[in-house]
Amino acid sequence: MAEFTLPKNSKLIPGKHFPAPAGAKNVRTFRIYRWSPDSGDNPRVDTYDIDLGSCGPMVLDALLKIKNEVDATLTFRRSCREGICGSCAMNIDGTNTLACTKAIGDCPSGDVKIFPLPHMPVVKDLVPDLTHFYAQHASIKPWIRTQTPPPPDRERLQSKEDRAKLDGLYECILCACCSTACPSYWWNSDRYLGPAILLQAYRWIVDSRDEDTGARLDELEDPFKLYRCHTIMNCTRTCPKGLNPAKAIAEIKKLIVERAS
Amino acid sequence: MSANARPLSPHIQIYRWQIQMMTSILHRATGIALAAGTLVLLCSLLALAAGPERWADVAAFGRSGLGTFLLLGWTWSLAYHWLNGLRHLLQDLGWGYRIEQFVRNGWLVVAGSLILTILVWVCVFAQRGGA
Repeated sequence: MAEFTLPKNSKLIPGKHFPAPAGAKNVRTFRIYRWSPDSGDNPRVDTYDIDLGSCGPMVLDALLKIKNEVDATLTFRRSCREGICGSCAMNIDGTNTLACTKAIGDCPSGDVKIFPLPHMPVVKDLVPDLTHFYAQHASIKPWIRTQTPPPPDRERLQSKEDRAKLDGLYECILCACCSTACPSYWWNSDRYLGPAILLQAYRWIVDSRDEDTGARLDELEDPFKLYRCHTIMNCTRTCPKGLNPAKAIAEIKKLIVERAS
Repeated sequence: MSANARPLSPHIQIYRWQIQMMTSILHRATGIALAAGTLVLLCSLLALAAGPERWADVAAFGRSGLGTFLLLGWTWSLAYHWLNGLRHLLQDLGWGYRIEQFVRNGWLVVAGSLILTILVWVCVFAQRGGA
């Protein structure tokens, strides 16, 4: 059931303010969600005034600058800083994206607001608990499933045309931006698989080398796992890799209809 | 500390209101409004069957400020739900999934529903003026 308000322990309280150092010329304000399991307090939003004159161009650069120079307790995930690991997925300026590929200059004027991925249990600050998301990924058995024995002398081959069907799917880095942008996933993530996992499912369904297509479709044909998608399209609008999970889900629905007729 | 104490991160409170989320939520809201409107339609049909006096009461309510507001809202709900329903039908066929397509089509549906509502109510007010 849709819950539009936050639970009592999740409501925001006023946070601290960290002013820019004296002499800073190009100041931008960052408002960042903070919560620590050690404090026992409700989450708060802290305000950091950052001198962009001594900061890199990306939102991740600002986060690193805050952690290194202003407030070492700020906690977030990051690794590759080039949009391939998906670790720094978070809600920046109202939509989900990767902090490392989001330029500060691309955030509209005003404060840059940074929150963890929406509607997730928070481990600390900008770090959400993705355990359930990964378990859902494992549930679709995201590996090649075959019936026939492999050719004795070579790999399972694929035509160029069949390989092209995986374009726009294999690039998914499982950052969870799309799933946590989906209102349907907010209200039904216990049973709805969400756009990221369904795109991954479709990646195996269209793979010409996979021989378990029927079983994969059987597993998805469920009022909740697949059909909680109401084509809201927040997933496609927010994907930092420019992929189209909504389209992948539509293709799964079409395949299920086509095999029934 | 147990994982149960973990807060839930903000969601609809902080997510940017973009056209695709707005059209989806409006589709739900207008669907609910239409269901309620069907009950009103049923009541007015019952009044019609009960005779001219009862129908006169319903007609008077329809011409009142509140009645006009409800009927206008219902007209817009019908126009919006119908146009957006057509859009959903096309999406189920696999069309309109590129960002620029669904952003444009979303605004088209909003504009179209307003235009249809205005057309209907220009006729309604013309008739009322003539009556």
